[in-house]
Amino acid sequence: MLNELAHFSLNIALGFAVVGTIVPLAGAALRRISWMQLAPIFATLQFLLVAFAFGALTVAFVNSDFSLRVVVLNSHTLKPILYKIAGVWGNHEGSLLLWVLILTLFAACAAVFGKTLPQSLLARVLGIQSSITAAFLAFVLFTSNPFTRVEFPPFNGQGLNPLLQDPGLAFHPPFLYLGYVGLSITFSFAIAALLEGKVDAAWGRWVRPWTLAAWVFLTIGIGLGSWWAYYELGWGGFWFWDPVENASFMPWLISAALLHSAIVVEKRDALKAWTILLAILAFGFSLIGTFIVRSGVLTSVHAFANDPERGVFILMILGVFFGGALLLFALRANAMDSKGVFATVSRESALIANNLLLAISCFVVFVGTVWPLVAELLMDRKLSVGPPFFNVAFTPFIVALAVILPIGSTLPWKRAKRAHLSRLWGVAVFCLACVGLTWAMQTGRSLIGPVGLGLGVWLVIGVLIELYQRTGRGMGKWRRLLRLPLADWGKATAHAGLGITIFGVAGITAWQAEDIRVMAVGDSAEIAGFTLTLDNVEELRGPNYLTTMADIKLARDGKFIANLHPERRYYPVAEMPTTEAGIDSGIWRDVYVVVGDAQPEGGYAVRTFIKPLANWIWTGAIIMALGGLLSLFDRRYRIGSVTARRDPVEGDA
Amino acid sequence: MKQKLFLVMLLVWAATGHAVEPGEVLPDPVLEDRARSISQGLRCLQCRNESIDESNAGIAKDLRLLVRARLVEGDSDTEVMDYIVIRYGEYVLLRPNGLGINLVLWLAGPGLFLIALAGLFAVQHRSKRTALTEGLSEEEEKEIEKLLSS
Repeated sequence: MLNELAHFSLNIALGFAVVGTIVPLAGAALRRISWMQLAPIFATLQFLLVAFAFGALTVAFVNSDFSLRVVVLNSHTLKPILYKIAGVWGNHEGSLLLWVLILTLFAACAAVFGKTLPQSLLARVLGIQSSITAAFLAFVLFTSNPFTRVEFPPFNGQGLNPLLQDPGLAFHPPFLYLGYVGLSITFSFAIAALLEGKVDAAWGRWVRPWTLAAWVFLTIGIGLGSWWAYYELGWGGFWFWDPVENASFMPWLISAALLHSAIVVEKRDALKAWTILLAILAFGFSLIGTFIVRSGVLTSVHAFANDPERGVFILMILGVFFGGALLLFALRANAMDSKGVFATVSRESALIANNLLLAISCFVVFVGTVWPLVAELLMDRKLSVGPPFFNVAFTPFIVALAVILPIGSTLPWKRAKRAHLSRLWGVAVFCLACVGLTWAMQTGRSLIGPVGLGLGVWLVIGVLIELYQRTGRGMGKWRRLLRLPLADWGKATAHAGLGITIFGVAGITAWQAEDIRVMAVGDSAEIAGFTLTLDNVEELRGPNYLTTMADIKLARDGKFIANLHPERRYYPVAEMPTTEAGIDSGIWRDVYVVVGDAQPEGGYAVRTFIKPLANWIWTGAIIMALGGLLSLFDRRYRIGSVTARRDPVEGDA
Repeated sequence: MKQKLFLVMLLVWAATGHAVEPGEVLPDPVLEDRARSISQGLRCLQCRNESIDESNAGIAKDLRLLVRARLVEGDSDTEVMDYIVIRYGEYVLLRPNGLGINLVLWLAGPGLFLIALAGLFAVQHRSKRTALTEGLSEEEEKEIEKLLSS
């Protein structure tokens, strides 16, 4: 009964989405205030109806209601409750419903927080957002209905993919979707601005918080996914340049560019057309990502729906929204002239360089991702594009970005003088010294390590120098530092986070040590200064799996460090083995141990990795996200601050 | 059927915790290092987006052994690569060669970068010609001085 109600409410939501598209957009075009006023109501209703349906689906998963097809295919009574809930979005139908839920959630947020927006802009934003919701709701209802019943409900379900039964992955998709779909609202803002024919500093100020929020969510989502891959997939890689990873990485890069260009719109009234284009591209790449994941057109480890019908539907959504938006942009963009002028060496120029490098690196990822498809279609060549390509083609642009970052962020707006950079010279020399020193200490290895470390130091010290410069001269430095706007703190934090991530990536890539050997119970091995002793191997039983668990003692110079418990698990319901690595995490290195099959001649295959600076990668990602969050709470974005305070003296933002 | 195929693929993918097995490792560490770096550039034919170095599939193991056998025979790195590409096609290369239409792939980034630079240069040039920046001309400065001093 509940399921039918939920299904019904989705249908009604689709109706409201269609009406919510037509009425506000027509109202804005015809200047009918009463029509425009309906937009927030439609948006809120859509959210409530979809939220009800999502709640009902969650209830079905928690109660193991095996009359629903998705529950049968993706759940099992023995599964821990966390993974029953995570199972809701651990499949195609449920995750699409989550997509739609977030679409309507952002629309409802815009309706609530957007009271200070000009009425026609708000009506258009919500109208465009409703049209996206309508398209995806139709997709859910016509091709991927989660509320499809089965005729003869079985006694138990087929379980969730064991790889997905992990706390890191339980929350990976929701964050990622919040990011992907969060970009829909910036897209709606961009289209609304094109329809209005007006982009001004205020528009930049409204768009930036949404982009920031989406970017923060994407950062956390990608970070979680990478961390999960690191400890779960069993060989300790953190990024595989898999098409599906690229699908999330492209919107991240573009939204990072958008964040920066929106500042230029807001503060300097320039780069407007470009910012609009980025807003369109950001969501466009989210849609492309969805298409890549859902259609299975590029087979990859993640693709969980290989259904051409669905692929065609998403391709249509992609074509209509992306293509339509680009067409509208082409028609309207030249109406937006920039007012702010600036010199070649200025903050504006640095931000243009940032945008350029981010957009090009995104383009490289995009071309590399779709190239196998293109080559096969055009030239009938079957080929692969893998990590070795991306490492070579992508990295130079990110290195260039990291090199200019501290310079750009210390430059003043409009026009810079050489004196502004004086302090950075010392830092640059210091960083080059670091590069040289590390290069000299390691013999006969690649430059990745030293260069990456140098860049990390350059970014972090650059941030410190910038903060120091902001304190000015004379007394009260610390007080002035504390009174810096949160946006400045956010900027400093996020940039430092990037430095830390680069530091970690360089460390793990350049100086990883690896060892593969057969060990019998009682054996000891010396690996890169560590002593590993295989104390015991046990067969155990988990809630829904069987496991072979090793007990390995880790010591250094005779001093005990930790007991590691790498496992080989077997999930009988899914008939699937998984590996659980035993990891001793540390600031400077992870010791990562994987136990393999029992060998025919006795003993077990044991792989050990020493991974220097591994945790810095994800710590940096968290710090980046934190920076975005700090920026988001800056005073100038706080709701109502514009209307609540009418004191003209305060208007110095 | 699809479901089953998918499960099989996941199986192949999931059971990768111990790609290179102890028995495969060459006694000579230099050769072994070369073997590892070569295998990281070769795709496992049966898996999704995995190198033979990471994969646990049977064919990946066969290829790893083949790479090592060629190295022991005294082949250079490129000779090993060519040997395998001739037999399995360019599909196995994770880093595509720059031949034919692949040039587009390799030049996509640098090419766009150059185009963007040229575009920026053109914009800068035009804006310098049309609109003077916000600085004041000498005459205006003089006028201000006169006004201030009077």
